[in-house]
Amino acid sequence: MTAETPDISDIRADSVGDFRFPEQHKYDAGMGLSEKTVDYISGVKNDDPWVRDFRKHGLKTFLEKPMPTHWATKDLENIHFDQFRYYLSDGQKPKRSWDDVPDDIKRTFDRLGIPEQERKFLAGVEAQYDSEAAYSNVKKVVEEQGVIFLNSSEALQKHPEIFRKWFGKVIPTGDNKFSALNSAVFSGGSFIYIPPGVKVKHPLQAYFRINSEQFGQFERTLIIADEGAEVMYMEGCTAPKFETATLHSAVVELVAMKGAKIQYVTVQNWSSNVFNLVTKRGLAHEEAEIKWIDCNIGSRLTMKYPGVIMKGRKARGEVISIALANTGQHQDTGAKMVHAADETTSNIISKSISIGKGRATYRGLVHIPKHLKGCKNNTECDALLINSSSRTDTYPAINVRGNKHATQHEASVSQVSAEQIFYMQQRGLSEAEAMSLSVNGFINDLVREFPMEYSVELKRLIDLEMEGSVG
Amino acid sequence: MSVAAPTAESIVDQPLFAQPQLMPQANRLNGAPAWFQQRTAAAWDEFQSLPVPGNKDEHWRYSSAKKLAFETFQIAANPSEADKQEAIARSKGLTEYAAKLVFVNDCLASNTGILPVGPAGFQPVVSSDVPAGSPHNTQATGLCHNFICLPFEDALRTQGDVLEQYLMKRKAELGSAKFAALHLAHVRAGAVVLVPKNVVIEHPIEVFHWVTGENAVIFPHTLIVTGDHAQVTVVDHHGSLRDESCASIAVADFVAGPGSRITYISAQEMSLSSRALHISSTTVGRDASVKALQLHLGAAFSRNETVSDLIGEGARSEMLGVSLPFGEQCVDMRTLQNHIAPRTFSDLLYKNALYDKSKTVFAGLIQVEEGAHYTDAYQKCRNLLNSEEAEAASMPGLEINADQVKCSHGATSAPISEDELFYLKARGIPDNEARKLIATGFIEDTIAKLENQTLMVDLDHRIEAKFAAMI
Repeated sequence: MTAETPDISDIRADSVGDFRFPEQHKYDAGMGLSEKTVDYISGVKNDDPWVRDFRKHGLKTFLEKPMPTHWATKDLENIHFDQFRYYLSDGQKPKRSWDDVPDDIKRTFDRLGIPEQERKFLAGVEAQYDSEAAYSNVKKVVEEQGVIFLNSSEALQKHPEIFRKWFGKVIPTGDNKFSALNSAVFSGGSFIYIPPGVKVKHPLQAYFRINSEQFGQFERTLIIADEGAEVMYMEGCTAPKFETATLHSAVVELVAMKGAKIQYVTVQNWSSNVFNLVTKRGLAHEEAEIKWIDCNIGSRLTMKYPGVIMKGRKARGEVISIALANTGQHQDTGAKMVHAADETTSNIISKSISIGKGRATYRGLVHIPKHLKGCKNNTECDALLINSSSRTDTYPAINVRGNKHATQHEASVSQVSAEQIFYMQQRGLSEAEAMSLSVNGFINDLVREFPMEYSVELKRLIDLEMEGSVG
Repeated sequence: MSVAAPTAESIVDQPLFAQPQLMPQANRLNGAPAWFQQRTAAAWDEFQSLPVPGNKDEHWRYSSAKKLAFETFQIAANPSEADKQEAIARSKGLTEYAAKLVFVNDCLASNTGILPVGPAGFQPVVSSDVPAGSPHNTQATGLCHNFICLPFEDALRTQGDVLEQYLMKRKAELGSAKFAALHLAHVRAGAVVLVPKNVVIEHPIEVFHWVTGENAVIFPHTLIVTGDHAQVTVVDHHGSLRDESCASIAVADFVAGPGSRITYISAQEMSLSSRALHISSTTVGRDASVKALQLHLGAAFSRNETVSDLIGEGARSEMLGVSLPFGEQCVDMRTLQNHIAPRTFSDLLYKNALYDKSKTVFAGLIQVEEGAHYTDAYQKCRNLLNSEEAEAASMPGLEINADQVKCSHGATSAPISEDELFYLKARGIPDNEARKLIATGFIEDTIAKLENQTLMVDLDHRIEAKFAAMI
């Protein structure tokens, strides 16, 4: 779009993640959303007829559904669906080896501070450039275990017998307006199948990047862990800055069969003009465990409520959430726990930090219906306000029927106390360092839940966000 | 809704819910001040123009405006002399009171003061601090009686200026604006209590509102205004004379002047097929303190919408609630703690013990507005589930916009702990008795927060009677 020669000097580099490369796209579905757009995507993707029908149904549902503004923020009205591109791709096939990855994409990774060697070393790397998997290197060991790790279109073409059964079942198309939108135009994302009893030692990863002005990204992720299988999936996002708003609306479905364990880790750091409206839900069968670890730092508006439906006896759901809202940002996050079997337990721990004029919101739902026994839920949400114009909200909804259950919900809001800051300044720390230390202390117990490399990155991102907020 | 299955055309043509039987009688306003006539007429228009809150209204989540079945309402007819006598006989409350008003179907049946006054019954007295216009100024007998407690219609005649200033000035914003408008269109009964500067009224004022007639609806009104450092306690009782399905739409507004104290109790013991709605607002001035308790014992559907505006520094508001539903009773509680001035305090404690197929809904919000620094706000909702089919929904909420704030909320739902039960049983207390003891104890600490022995004893009798009715 701008300069043709991608010299390193052409890259604007104000801070980490705040840069972009010139774009060359082979496929472009154009602006706006219509049946033609959906047909175009289906054509490029070479979809099977049933996938094409699925997309059409998604489009119809999307157009019918109203915006959820009766409870959600009015900022949603600033999304103009006709001003987005719904599909872009350079048309390259996913790469098998690191050497085949285009140079400019590699440089993007470098700017993120992820050296090639480390990339190579990490197991199953599925790096996404725009909505296509530009690089995928599933480690041989994992493949030998029978793990299937593909992007969404490939998976639906090659293994419909595995994925069709659960595709769109955990989150039906009509779940909400944005899940319908995703159903219509999804591209990219990871489809993973873990065979019975296989415990994947290395976390599987995918890095997403958006790199086109006014381009929405609509990943579709489906992870199925068969009986007794275990897997950890990590998703991290950073996006270069653009002048106009960008829409990101992913759908993530997890299915944990009997006794399986899935951990899904997200670090979200979109640039502060992105609408990040994501639907994430897991289905836990008997004695299965689904854990969402979710960290939201970027975006203009994030609305994300990872959920777990505990369908089998003794299933367990957990959401651990960290949100950081700076000026101009609204982090509307939370969790949804639906108990649908006896002796199911769920745990929600949410911590949010509001800086400057930032607004952090917790919105939760816990549902324990009748005729179940021994269900338990624990919810804790704590909020930290840094500046006097910071804002935080908490809106949980807990519905319990019957006398065989126990739920508890607690929320607190507090400030970094002047005494704490004074104490640290006494010992030679600057005010900003003291503040940063307090904030890291506030979320420390949650950060420890993240895998090591993520917790390092997280601390760095939080320090970056805190810059200039004090004094 | 009064007509069967309206067609699309009829919805456009006529006001949606025109209900001729609820139209206020024109002649009831004879002699009322012009401003009052205007406001009631405007209220009737407002009632007709406002839509019935729908299922998507957040203020009615987990509940439904349909439960009020307001389209069946009939304005309560004037009572017979026998009904009045029965009501007076059954209005048993405190042995010592400053004033006692008994209404039947919004008509005054008796008006007594326990203090020695003229043969005509209680004569309220006014000190010189109160705006003139009262016929009773000349009868001042002592400091402790220097206040006004008048039936609404008398107050309208003699205290028109005060009423004009305070009557329903706080908008009902927790979902029942339509029904508040209906109330204003019809209001004619209830107590207007004006307590001048430095006047301390030792004994409570008791007001009984009885209703009789199938689907009869009454509109009890309470207005309490206190001057600087004044103190007063008011108890409202809502009851049905017979086992009929009737309704009450009550509005209570309190304005606490600087340093004053108001204690208010609404005890609702209507017949088990009735509907009760209580809309109240409290405005707490500088260093003033208000305690308000909502006791829900009767009615098939009982809802309170309680707002506290803390507008002066050092203002305190304690909001208490107790419900004990059984059978298929539904109790619906909506609250707002609205911190406007800095250094204010609010504490909410709602306790519900649920039996059989009953249901409770609690939705509370702590709102700390910009500039309301150093706010302390707490909110707790506890549900004791005593049957397999009871259902408790809790939606505690926080919206914080200020700095140096201490806020927390908690919601729990659980059955009686087996350990507590075992402890009592081991000491020879039978299961039934032990459960009742624990439930009573569970509720009792809310009542104890009133810190008033005589009120506690009276309320305990009423709770005891409810337990007895359950078996």
